[in-house]
Amino acid sequence: MTRISKEEAKHVANLARLAITEEETEIITKQLDSIITFAEHLNELDTANIEPTTHVLHMKNVLREDKSAPGLPREEVLKNAPDHQDGQIRVPGIME
Amino acid sequence: MSLFDHKVSELQQMLQTKEISVRDLVSESYSRIKDVDGKVQAFLTLDEENAWKKADELDAKLARGEAKGPLFGMPIGIKDNIVTKGLRTTCASKILDNFDPIYDATVMERLQQNETITIGKLNMDEFAMGSSTENSAFQKTANPWDLTAVPGGSSGGSAAAVAAGEVPFSLGSDTGGSIRQPASYCGVVGMKPTYGRVSRYGLVAFASSLDQIGPITRNVEDNAYLLQAIAGIDPMDGTSAHIEVPDFTKALTGDIKGLKIAVPKEYLGEGVSPEVRQSVLDSLKVLESLGASYEEVSLPHSKYALSTYYILSSSEASANLSRFDGVRYGHRTENAENLLEMYKQTRAEGFGDEVKRRIMLGTFALSSGYYDAYYKKAQKVRTLIKNDFEKVFDQYDVIVGPTAPTPAFKMGENTKDPLTMYANDILTIPVNLAGVPGISVPNGFSKGLPIGLQIIGKHFDESTVYKVAHAFEQATDFHKQKPSLQGVE
Repeated sequence: MTRISKEEAKHVANLARLAITEEETEIITKQLDSIITFAEHLNELDTANIEPTTHVLHMKNVLREDKSAPGLPREEVLKNAPDHQDGQIRVPGIME
Repeated sequence: MSLFDHKVSELQQMLQTKEISVRDLVSESYSRIKDVDGKVQAFLTLDEENAWKKADELDAKLARGEAKGPLFGMPIGIKDNIVTKGLRTTCASKILDNFDPIYDATVMERLQQNETITIGKLNMDEFAMGSSTENSAFQKTANPWDLTAVPGGSSGGSAAAVAAGEVPFSLGSDTGGSIRQPASYCGVVGMKPTYGRVSRYGLVAFASSLDQIGPITRNVEDNAYLLQAIAGIDPMDGTSAHIEVPDFTKALTGDIKGLKIAVPKEYLGEGVSPEVRQSVLDSLKVLESLGASYEEVSLPHSKYALSTYYILSSSEASANLSRFDGVRYGHRTENAENLLEMYKQTRAEGFGDEVKRRIMLGTFALSSGYYDAYYKKAQKVRTLIKNDFEKVFDQYDVIVGPTAPTPAFKMGENTKDPLTMYANDILTIPVNLAGVPGISVPNGFSKGLPIGLQIIGKHFDESTVYKVAHAFEQATDFHKQKPSLQGVE
């Protein structure tokens, strides 16, 4: 049985904001399917009463003083931007 | 004989007695790189101009008697996922090909305070995803012991550069074994510290709950000095631990009498090659002869670690790598009509296959309808794996086993099937999931290729890990052997 269909793979690629070709969809569907099938052996384990671990250290609410500080200088930040104008990063249009 | 055959403490002594200068050390690095890096391909970017400038500054300090600290004037190589202000940082990805960071990682600031000299940036698997450094978008790094074999990964450049004598030491990062496995394959010493011991600020994030920066060196003492320099709490990383950093070199006494070693039966089972198994058994005899005792134990959930790791690390990666979208930095496609297309096309052009595969896997595991079945399930199994370690550490001081199931494999041998490549990390991954420290030290050879012994300690007990690693090293001479750089010299 396959765990993941080509349509699902395309849906996931869209969620991940990755353009994929038909050929790539074919390959990645198979690979994802085999990785996911392999991972399903985790279901052998009864974890009903187990707490999930999100983090190994016992730390909680790491806070700092609520004090403002200058961020990185704008001209520095813009150095790596592929396109910018008037101190703003420019991107292609969002709407038609 | 190379200058870098000396320990860092010996080099420091030679600097202080004016036997050598800082320029000599920098010269040793760059001339060795010129001689051998064409074959080894460890470095992606060199920082020669700044390094010479810094060398002159430090030599002037030395002349004024202002040199201080164990790392003063020492050349170092840096894995290319650690941001270095003004020095190209690519993560070995096309998406960051032209990226010049505008700030330094905390570890880089700490190194500057210790007055080391950055020689250059080291090759790796793209975004640290891989076990052979073959996933670099730019070049394939060779194993100095056999130029047709991989150096391991993802810190393959960091391990190969040290093994080839290009730098005395380097920094790598370890999410599932990426410091220890290449250290094992290249016959050097690689430490993954406790999660939280070293600040991750400025380490380009792969899986934030697992990533740690750590040292790769030629011997245990150098390793302890380098970790000392970079360890400690950092206000820029909320997950860096508010726990005192002990003097690690104090642990290097050679005395391990009465130490209790646990040997998990799962680490010597199926998939581990006979040579690797034998080298661990031989090493245990060495440790026993030094006064330690060992017993077989079980980490029963070990076989679930690989799946748990791939679900969790890929899920975290899918979120972390969303920042590479062509807006603020890095590559941007030239073929996009609108913003959505720009994101998708930029990422399709910029990321390599393995990175795409893991982003897809992570996005799937986090997507609506699958979150509980995969992501949350894996987090719960992580608890079971962590508990396995805690139980063993209630009764034992360290856990010992192999670092990797086999010695280095040939280039191209494992690139077809992602799952066989993933299996290289089965013995290192549980350590990241539990968040404990682990080191790989050379403990043998198989057909001329190095093997590594893994020593795992309790949370924040790097000292005991170093103590055992050092005692073992002093009792053996595997670390003194040097690669042939076959076809180079």
